[in-house]
Amino acid sequence: MSEITSSAAPPLPAASEKLKFYGLWVVAAIALLLLPKLFSSGGSLTTFSLIGISIIFSLSYNILLGQTGMLSFGHAVYYGLGGFLVIHAINIIGANKLPIPLPLVPLIGGLTGLLFAVLLGWVSTQRSGTAFAMISLGVAELVASSALILRTFFGGEAGISANRTKLLRVFDWSFGPQIQIYYLVAAWTLIAVIAMYALTRTPLGRMCNAVRDNPERVQFVGYDPHVVRYLAFCFSGFFAGIAGALAAINFEIANSAYLGAVQSGTVLFATYIGGVGFFIGPIVGAIFVTFLSLGLSDLTPVWQLYFGLIFIAVVVFAPGGITGLLMMHRPLLKAGTLTKVLPSYLIGFVPTLAMIVGLILAIETIVHYTVSPGDDSHIKAFGVNFDAASPYIWAMTAILLIGGYLVARKTWTWVGHAWDDATSGTHEQGIAA
Amino acid sequence: MLELIVISTLNGVLFGMLLFLMASGLTVIFSMLGVLNFAHASFYMLGAFFGFQVSRWFGFWPALLIAPLLAGAIGAGVERYGLRRVHKNGHVAELLFTFGLAFAIEEIVQIIWGKSPVDFRVPPLLDFPAFTIFSTNYPAYKMFMLLVSIVIFIGLLIVLKKTRIGLIVQAALTHPHMVGHLGHNVGRIFMLVFGVGTALAAVAGVIAGPALVTQSNMAGLLGPILFVVVVVGGLGSLPGAFVASLLIGLVQTFAVSMNGSLSGAFGPLSAAYASTWLADIWGVTIAQIAPIMPYVLLVLILIFRPMGLLGTRDT
Repeated sequence: MSEITSSAAPPLPAASEKLKFYGLWVVAAIALLLLPKLFSSGGSLTTFSLIGISIIFSLSYNILLGQTGMLSFGHAVYYGLGGFLVIHAINIIGANKLPIPLPLVPLIGGLTGLLFAVLLGWVSTQRSGTAFAMISLGVAELVASSALILRTFFGGEAGISANRTKLLRVFDWSFGPQIQIYYLVAAWTLIAVIAMYALTRTPLGRMCNAVRDNPERVQFVGYDPHVVRYLAFCFSGFFAGIAGALAAINFEIANSAYLGAVQSGTVLFATYIGGVGFFIGPIVGAIFVTFLSLGLSDLTPVWQLYFGLIFIAVVVFAPGGITGLLMMHRPLLKAGTLTKVLPSYLIGFVPTLAMIVGLILAIETIVHYTVSPGDDSHIKAFGVNFDAASPYIWAMTAILLIGGYLVARKTWTWVGHAWDDATSGTHEQGIAA
Repeated sequence: MLELIVISTLNGVLFGMLLFLMASGLTVIFSMLGVLNFAHASFYMLGAFFGFQVSRWFGFWPALLIAPLLAGAIGAGVERYGLRRVHKNGHVAELLFTFGLAFAIEEIVQIIWGKSPVDFRVPPLLDFPAFTIFSTNYPAYKMFMLLVSIVIFIGLLIVLKKTRIGLIVQAALTHPHMVGHLGHNVGRIFMLVFGVGTALAAVAGVIAGPALVTQSNMAGLLGPILFVVVVVGGLGSLPGAFVASLLIGLVQTFAVSMNGSLSGAFGPLSAAYASTWLADIWGVTIAQIAPIMPYVLLVLILIFRPMGLLGTRDT
């Protein structure tokens, strides 16, 4: 028996690998410390704080979707309840002068998320797959609608607010300025990311993956998939609560939008666009989606449509998300055949870009005619001025869209061939993905 | 009291039949394709808006035919060029695809028709009270809605029970793979079922549009209730969907018309509790909690009968 375990267990990592692993976290911590020195404006600090919150939330969501294979449409419930409880907690602590400093308050949010996950999770996780998705949606609607009924606690439509500066001060930090909030969020983000990474390395984390891949087999081995799913759900609720708490501290307000379907949808978008297959995926997704929603809303009034289209495109063409796409190239990089595909990418990129530009032109022109038909036809989208009434623009749109599609389709098959060519090289060298 | 019961029963059955028009398509699509179409309520909304637009151009009656055909064609296209591509990536990808689609459709509807409700009116031919009961005028249009949904229900029943395609669909409900092995063109059947299912949802949209509010959030409001119907009835069970539709239709309409609350039954709270959160629970009327009734029902069903009322499949 001991022989089997000793031969089956992976070898202990070498000192250099350990150094690389811990070095990564140290580098991340230093980067978080230095970030406000490089970008010190108030706007960028707010953006960084939002990204940090979004990273924790997306990673907590990926415990469900990526690690355990449970698609939830109601993850914002635990985020929102964490936020609400934290606002109440800040008010109570401030009023009674309790000796609890603000940096510890997110823990209250986390415990709230955990508590509600414990309460609601047992019923929700009885089944996986589609049934779980529907149940999570129903529970989310139940909580979101109840929040509007229990007005004293949830504050109705307006929500409830708190003053974060009234708590016990440590090292004379008032947490009034955004820079201090940034460091608070950054510290909690680092802690939560490390904790969630550690969770994936535990036996529980491994059993979650097993439940995702083959629940029947898990039962044969002697585990109850329901219990494993339930435990994953509880951990996920805990971290979602921390994210909600940080959001509530950041905005000093909690309202019913925290609990709503939009919030649940956003975290799903962020996680999936980033990629559910790798631990780093949701982090990439959170950064990408936060920048996208902040940036696109300045560029075009219909940014949510683009957002939805990007999501559909990712689901159809790149089910692994951004990280999945990048990681596909790792074996090529190792085998040195990456140069075979790069030229074909460049060739494929040009007509595809033309098609996308045509699509954007078409959407913006249509939007102009449906939303504000009487206005001046010289419109500005993505920083470019053009005349939506000009027949030249229409012709160009049609040529870009249709011509781009026809040419792009040809180049895509080409890219496919180049890809096959390059990957066959890696198979010969025996490099696994 | 009797008046309340009669009117609420009528309205409840009407709402239930409307729900079933949508839930039937959703259930059959789920059973055959294994994918829960998140965008199903969006096709209901598309039906309502197409109906509004077409009835502006050609009148209501052509709209009743054209709008569902349009929506059904879009639905078939979505299955053929969207879902079928995503199918190889598994059920989660399919569900997410329809989720993204629902999001995009809502945005597109908002762009074209705006966020505020459109002026979709009852056709003048049906704009009169059908009968007066206890001094309440019951509109003829609602009777027409009931009639349409019952006719479609019977038609669906006949198609499913008596025709060849119905037999194949029935077989595919329980043994989807076997149908494929028997040499039927499963791809085409899937596309057909998806198209018909979305067209049925669009019919519900056209006839519900003038009676309810035609607005870009109507899919978001109805969608979750639709899923409750399907889960409560039992995933993949048509009779279950029928029972659950009527049940939820009746529960919601009766709840809306009731004004009772705990404070009404037991008297107001003592002054010590009057300003706490208990007062919310104490003072809330049944009418106010009507929107959460379906979800409470969902949770109760999940606790006591996880398969749903008439469900057999444990997916």
